[in-house]
Amino acid sequence: MFFAPADLEVIVLSVKVAAVATFLSLPVGFLVAAGLGMSRFPGRALVDGVINLPLVLPPVVVGYFLLILLGDNGFFGPILKALGIKIVFNWKGAVVASAVVGFPLLVRSIRLGIESIDEGMFHAARSLGATWRDILFSVVLPQSWRAILVGATLMFARSLGEFGATVMIAGSIPGRTQTIPLAIFDYTNQPGKDANALKLCIVSMALSFSVLLVSEYLARRAKKTVTR
Amino acid sequence: MKLEVDVKKRLGSFELNLDFGTMGNRLGLFGPSGSGKSTLVRLLAGLDLPDSGTIKLDGEVLTDGRRAIPPRKRRVGVVFQDSHLFTHLGVTANLLYGYKRLPKAERQINPDELIEALDLGALLERGVHTLSGGERRRVALGRAVLAAPRLLLLDEPLTGLDDKLRYQIIPYLHMVLERFGIPTLFISHSVEEMRLMTNRVLLIEGGGFTGEIKSGELAMQSFARGQEGYVNLMTLCDPSPVGDLCAYRWGDNELILLDTSEDPRVMVRLEARDVVLFKNHPTSTSARNLLTCTVSGLVPLGNRVAVELLCGGQLLVSQIVREAVVELDLREGSVVVAAIKATSFRILYGEHRRRGRGVLSGPASSSTCR
Repeated sequence: MFFAPADLEVIVLSVKVAAVATFLSLPVGFLVAAGLGMSRFPGRALVDGVINLPLVLPPVVVGYFLLILLGDNGFFGPILKALGIKIVFNWKGAVVASAVVGFPLLVRSIRLGIESIDEGMFHAARSLGATWRDILFSVVLPQSWRAILVGATLMFARSLGEFGATVMIAGSIPGRTQTIPLAIFDYTNQPGKDANALKLCIVSMALSFSVLLVSEYLARRAKKTVTR
Repeated sequence: MKLEVDVKKRLGSFELNLDFGTMGNRLGLFGPSGSGKSTLVRLLAGLDLPDSGTIKLDGEVLTDGRRAIPPRKRRVGVVFQDSHLFTHLGVTANLLYGYKRLPKAERQINPDELIEALDLGALLERGVHTLSGGERRRVALGRAVLAAPRLLLLDEPLTGLDDKLRYQIIPYLHMVLERFGIPTLFISHSVEEMRLMTNRVLLIEGGGFTGEIKSGELAMQSFARGQEGYVNLMTLCDPSPVGDLCAYRWGDNELILLDTSEDPRVMVRLEARDVVLFKNHPTSTSARNLLTCTVSGLVPLGNRVAVELLCGGQLLVSQIVREAVVELDLREGSVVVAAIKATSFRILYGEHRRRGRGVLSGPASSSTCR
């Protein structure tokens, strides 16, 4: 077989982590992007800054903060323990790391999409009897869904490649938390495992490229439906 | 519809300070660009709030500085200049957007009836990207009307359209507003649109209210201020062929036009400067129309004079130079002959024949064929 069972596990785990992180972040990301893109509230710049922080911080630093917040002895440790949720050194930790690091990319893309919507449509919708919540789902969501798709793609791809924050909070435990980048790093530290590392590199590229292609295809199809 | 407005709103260096009350179902809001028309539209629709003051519609307070009825509960519809159709929805979904959000008991307008009135049947399956400028305006109008507003704000709905499209849309506007009995405030900086669309006009300038006049008077006022030449807008009816020309009835007069229309009633435009006056009946002339008229008024402007004429129960305005007034010794009560070439008339639009009711009943400022 082309892949060793351990490598298959790595691939499946990577896809699972990236997919769950993206899926969970999407609704929150959309609401945050809508809040930032459509309203003017005091402290907006601050919120914007905090959300974008993981984009400029070294991922290892983000991972370290997550450890401080979510570790057994961390800030939220006791609450998580009481709820029976274990994040550190667990695949859920990898999800959290990917979600935090990829979140700014998601929000940025969606926000750009929302800000490019003709504001007059909001005026029209309001004068036609829609509430803001109604407008969010009947105008903003369908108008920005290409941007949402682009944001999700970027985030998924970013999550597939997440290394620094993941290794801090989830470690690199084969079969449990070891994702493709961690496994590649591991292989390159073992003599004679170059071929395995290369195989995973190719898989990584193929996965990211497929996601881009699928997203592009969906976006094109969406455009066709609208301009029908 | 009764509208009472007493508001202040500052936007940068511009200040809107309006205080007026008015009644009517075909009102216009006229003023130059930057006079505050669109700001007032936004305040009326609730899309913006005044800094202070009150707006009342039919006695109900829409905003009084402390509280404001949100736009969705005001039932004040807006047709925007840029239509602002929802580009992710098709024509049908656009049309029904406001209708679906109305409580069932308040859905007063039957969508099928409206679609028929606006000739939208063929467009229903289309995406809004594929619509022409005129089609987009019709869909935007239908969408606003279906939300059954108690006041419809038409914010420059014809601006940006070429003449041909503009005159195609006006009959639809009349038809729908008449048929569904919707009070409107028509916003424009075009004197001609005001005369074609409204009965009374609110004037605003520099953010302040400057008065209310009949829309027919607006054209003469505009001429007297030297802003534009006078244009006669006439409703003609009962066309019949005369050789290769066409005769129409206009009050007790018969007018010969070059153009013909299949419609039994047409709105016609005639520049006042194309009406030539003779003291005595000319023995022979190339002009196909010679009307005996009585001078009912003279409005001077510099070296030009607008001569108001009564002919066959209708009002006609001729624009001539002051020297000609002196030479012809024109004064109120003078009898003159007005000569108009058949080619000087321009048919703007006609009544749509397959719809039962007349669409030319809307404007009060134009003369009618009775």
